[in-house]
Amino acid sequence: MRKDLIQIDDLTRADIERILERAESFAEVSGREIKKVPTLRGRTVVNLFYESSTRTSSSFELAAKRLSADVVSIKSAGSAVDKGESLKDTVQTLSAYDPAAIVIRSPYAGAAGLVARWSSAAVVNAGDGKHEHPTQALLDVYTLRRRLGALEGVKVWIVGDVLHSRVARSGIHAFARMGCEVTVCGPPTLIPREVEALGCGVRWSLEGIGDADVVYALRMQNERMAGAFVPSLREYAERYQIDGRRLRPNQLLMHPGPVNRGVELSGEVVDSPQALIVEQVGSGVVVRMAVLYELLAGGGPGRGAGQFGPEPVRATEPQPA
Amino acid sequence: MRGPGAAVLQCAAAGLGRPVLIRGARLLDRRARLDRQGDLLVRDGEVAEIGPPGGLEPDADVEVVEGEGLTALPGFVDPHVHLRTPGREDEEDLDSGTRAAAAGGYCAILAMPNTDPVVDSAPVLRSLLERAREEARIPTGFLAAVTRGQRGEQLTEMAELADCGAAGFTDDGLPVERAGVLRQALQYQRLAERVLALHEEDPSLSGAGAMHEGEVSAVLGVAGIPSISESTMIARDAAIAGYEGGRIHVQHVSARDSVEALEAARAAGVAVTAEATPHHLCLTDECVRTLDANFKMNPPLRAAEDRQALVDALRSGVVDCVATDHAPHAREEKEQPFEIAPMGVTGLETAFAALHTRLVLPGLLDLGTLAERMSAGGAPFGIEPPTLAPGADADLCLVDLDAEWEVGEAGYESRSANCAFAGQRLTGVVRMTVAKGAVVYRERSFAIGAVA
Repeated sequence: MRKDLIQIDDLTRADIERILERAESFAEVSGREIKKVPTLRGRTVVNLFYESSTRTSSSFELAAKRLSADVVSIKSAGSAVDKGESLKDTVQTLSAYDPAAIVIRSPYAGAAGLVARWSSAAVVNAGDGKHEHPTQALLDVYTLRRRLGALEGVKVWIVGDVLHSRVARSGIHAFARMGCEVTVCGPPTLIPREVEALGCGVRWSLEGIGDADVVYALRMQNERMAGAFVPSLREYAERYQIDGRRLRPNQLLMHPGPVNRGVELSGEVVDSPQALIVEQVGSGVVVRMAVLYELLAGGGPGRGAGQFGPEPVRATEPQPA
Repeated sequence: MRGPGAAVLQCAAAGLGRPVLIRGARLLDRRARLDRQGDLLVRDGEVAEIGPPGGLEPDADVEVVEGEGLTALPGFVDPHVHLRTPGREDEEDLDSGTRAAAAGGYCAILAMPNTDPVVDSAPVLRSLLERAREEARIPTGFLAAVTRGQRGEQLTEMAELADCGAAGFTDDGLPVERAGVLRQALQYQRLAERVLALHEEDPSLSGAGAMHEGEVSAVLGVAGIPSISESTMIARDAAIAGYEGGRIHVQHVSARDSVEALEAARAAGVAVTAEATPHHLCLTDECVRTLDANFKMNPPLRAAEDRQALVDALRSGVVDCVATDHAPHAREEKEQPFEIAPMGVTGLETAFAALHTRLVLPGLLDLGTLAERMSAGGAPFGIEPPTLAPGADADLCLVDLDAEWEVGEAGYESRSANCAFAGQRLTGVVRMTVAKGAVVYRERSFAIGAVA
């Protein structure tokens, strides 16, 4: 039985739809003056963040609190992690609190999967290296579906640094699973070789972006300059920045934040009504409430609580000594 | 080049032990043009006699081993083992590493010098050879570093190291990055008279890569090591070796491009040999989808077509021999996220069973060829391959080709458990190993024959 949310690939379309519908119902709660439901009262959610994060950590914290869970948030700076404690020992220590869920962000691919192996708690991947960020993808799909209704056949272009982006990887899977046609676009140095394997098209230039219904711009990190992935931010912006000339009036614009104005997006498009960026942030809380609910308290007809995916998957056994 | 011969191999004097008569086993050795049922008598360190089944009568002092249903093969020789000594004896030491080797059917191994301290001076090498004479269960040789501290800058005292008993030279774990340094090493090889074993990788192409660059790395978001990182260095180094008339051995070949570079080098007349590991011959980067650090090593597990090319190269002889690149790591180091876990997997105890299960049983390679390649690991270093021919040193193993086992279930002889085949069911069990005439391994459940 899948007790965790590690990657979008583990979710069926029905799983995603159930989460989105649950999020809709929590959106209604969020409109109330008292924004809390008692679902997880007396249960503990641990947020374990090995990477700095503002919106993801705060939105997970708020989501757990609105479900009435007790929340413990641990950031790597100043914690035992800083003193050289291994991930495994940290997880074992936290397990003493008998958490219902552990939300983990790590700079390394596979970290959430390891925690899921070592802990009986439900584990939610809040970003593992450049691998996946499944709740971001779910909130993106949620945001877009609210705006467009059905997503079947919707053309999504993901533009920018796909190589280093967990948002892009989860997004490609999630949009595709909902029936979208996904294209990734960016400088060849920032598009992984054989990325087509994820089920997307590949473009090296913005030519043809007029066909897109949705333009999803990725954050261009300054540190990529050090790796010489692009010759200059100036040339990058010239070729790949989404601005008022390039964004057609009927296209929607998304971005996972935080935005580098003047690099991947021009200021004018960020502030335009076509931009869903603020709505994405708002969706974060209700979608994460829905994920926690589904893992800890949910379960549709014929399913046990906290089951995602078509098939139970056998966990990798620990190695014998 | 003369090559060092077997003189570089050291082990604890086991004595010659009692003579052993293996009765009624299949005796299979291509080098001796041998494939038939028969009896084989080991006496005074040699294969004393071969006869038809039941044809050899044991003397009173002979231990009789019932070989029916078993196959006797020439003992395996592994040219690429990390014994982690000195420096990381918690991961492996000479005793545990050679016990693991003996359990895998090996009658001789060569250890890599990337220890702490690095084997880059005569005193370090001498102390290792001395310890091997006390602790090693099977003959063990040591390669010394090409450059001091394996820093890739200044040559080690290769001539003195060779005189002390270095089996060869390598900076394994790292490439000799600068072409000029490799050229100097190849020039100096005329004095040192030992093969240079090369870890072929261009660090500027590997970057921060942790796995093969391809479809799976794209999906996982883990930085990739492209196959050209290896193949371009092989082409470069083969060209330098050809120019200098030197002799090189390419370690752990992993990619199809590399096989092509080797073929081109051979065709150009370069004196180059090559090895491939069981994990590269059996597994692909699909395994890495689990992000289990026991599938992390350098070079990385590559794509299916790379694996196919390696198997073809092993069959044809473009790859001369099998090497395990046995690389033990502490449990806590491997129990980390994939990207920060160290590179390397153990392999001595699973090499034969994995290759038998994945290559021989599906018909990709015949057993005789596998035995030939697994026993040929010393040849690039001037060490004669074992053979079952009468009069040869008794270096052999006795395997059960039908027995199945689960890797790791009964633990390991190695001090480390980071095995890429852990949990897999494999077919083929080493029942007994004989090195230089002494029984160095006997499987626990394997019945010991009565003294006649």
